[in-house]
Amino acid sequence: MIGKETAVGRAVRIIFLVLWLAFTVFPLYWIAITSLKAPGDIFSFPLAYWPEHFSLENYSELFNKADFGTYLTNSLIVATVAGAVATAISMLSAYVLARFEFRTKSALLTAALVTQMIPAFIALGPLYLLMTDLKLVDNRLGLILVYIAVCIPFCTVMLRGFFENIPDALEEAAMIDGLSRFAALFRVLLPVMRPGIVAAFIFNFVNCWNELFLSVTLMNSDANKTTPTALNGFISSFNIDWGSMSAAAVFTILPTMVLFAFASRHIVQGLTSGAVKG
Amino acid sequence: MPATSATTTGPKTSRPVRKQAAPRVRNGPRGGRKREFTTRRGLLIAAFMAPAAIFVAVFTYYPMIAGSQMAFRHWDLNDLTDTSWVGLDNFHRVFSDPNWGTVLGNTGVWVIGSIVPQLVIGFALALWLRRRFRFRGVYQALIFFPWAISGFLIGILFRWMFNSEFGVVNDLLQKAGLIDEPVAWLADPHKAMIAVLIANIWYGVTFFAIMILAALQSVPDELYEAAALDGAGKARTLFQITIPYIRVTLVLTVLLRVIWIFNFPDLIFGMTGGGPNNQTHIVTTWMIKITQQGDYGKASALGLLVVAGLLLFTVFFLLATREKREVRS
Repeated sequence: MIGKETAVGRAVRIIFLVLWLAFTVFPLYWIAITSLKAPGDIFSFPLAYWPEHFSLENYSELFNKADFGTYLTNSLIVATVAGAVATAISMLSAYVLARFEFRTKSALLTAALVTQMIPAFIALGPLYLLMTDLKLVDNRLGLILVYIAVCIPFCTVMLRGFFENIPDALEEAAMIDGLSRFAALFRVLLPVMRPGIVAAFIFNFVNCWNELFLSVTLMNSDANKTTPTALNGFISSFNIDWGSMSAAAVFTILPTMVLFAFASRHIVQGLTSGAVKG
Repeated sequence: MPATSATTTGPKTSRPVRKQAAPRVRNGPRGGRKREFTTRRGLLIAAFMAPAAIFVAVFTYYPMIAGSQMAFRHWDLNDLTDTSWVGLDNFHRVFSDPNWGTVLGNTGVWVIGSIVPQLVIGFALALWLRRRFRFRGVYQALIFFPWAISGFLIGILFRWMFNSEFGVVNDLLQKAGLIDEPVAWLADPHKAMIAVLIANIWYGVTFFAIMILAALQSVPDELYEAAALDGAGKARTLFQITIPYIRVTLVLTVLLRVIWIFNFPDLIFGMTGGGPNNQTHIVTTWMIKITQQGDYGKASALGLLVVAGLLLFTVFFLLATREKREVRS
């Protein structure tokens, strides 16, 4: 399809792809290996690319001393709920933006694009005051509400791309068969959309899971902290405990990586169709 | 639908076709859409848009607008008794800050130094991934996963690897014979900037690779066959067929990424915290630092400058690319 590949071209391609893979994977390998070294071995020479003995000490330290389990649970709850609600809400707006023409449509899409340009820090002060008024500071519900708002614009654009890839004829046929618009949406369109919906949810989940600055601002007490906030706490102290830090990093990265592995194909489709048409 | 259907700016998308087909379907979505009472249609649109609009208005736009007015007031957490209107004083304080020049220069280096390598390497990866090979799916999934990691954590990850004493980067460079003794990467402003850029390239190449690969798959094979018949070489095929065809994807991806990279303090925050000695701050990390010092007025002024700068950039960028598109067609 793209013409014959010369032997040299093929070699160049393979070398490049292998090198890039190594460059991509190595940092993760390195943090994983570091987390599995005994705390003393982390600072020993020569650096061990494959430790002589593996140790889970960093992990036990993390969960016993730092109460990392609580942070993980908080992150899990916040990211799951916010991701799910944001996906549901975005689905409605994406449907309307994909299937109807109306006067304020381009204004709404522009408003969604502008949200991407706003640095989080300009809104933090007033947001904190607002949440104080709502009595939602240091409250998981408060963080969830804010995260939903953060996820909606991009998620809407992404899901709109998915909706536009589904031919109108599908709903038309359902509606000729006597289904109402709502029934057509929920019983015919959404099942077809399932991969897109799953991808959008995972994308939202990962974004909420990884968010730092809003969580640092809104969650003060130890019992309510999310994992990024806890990691931030680790580095604000003068000396970084690299053993615990690497164990925490592995535990923070792993869940999102597993999710992405499952949904990467659909996320790719969502990103491309959403962004190209947005 | 090929991703690049938008190249033709409208007329050739599927919309007109749908409109022609619409009147035949009495109660179908299209036909119905025209015949339904406008109020009913309006109500449906409003009801479906409402939850999203309310959330974004309350938790994004309201705080942003409220925060914007802080830019024109004296607003300091260390002295909240006086929140009087000070006009453009906060902006003046930004421009006269000795760090401003450095921060602005760093932001330029950060955006351009990230986007250019990301685009070039991402493009190359996409071109090379276009051919089917065994494990291509696995390969794509593997190189995709930096995208799932938070920028802050990537900062920490690379901070550990660039550690001057126990960092693996120094160790590898020494083993390869490229340096004789360990380099203090994060203690020197220029080297720290290079280190931060490497981390960001690691993170961002994938996004370009994905977007471009998807666009490449929509280029019709006939175009390549025709080019081959004309005896066009690889470079000519690339610049006269491939790039023009996926132009819209390229333009939009670059635009979106410039905005995101500009507004992406997380990685630098985790890796250098703006150090050493404030020398790796970009606008947004500097804004964080000023916020942490309690000077919300100055930080908000900076934030407004960011939004204004990005809006201006977007408008110019879209205008510039649109013009060329018209010339071509």
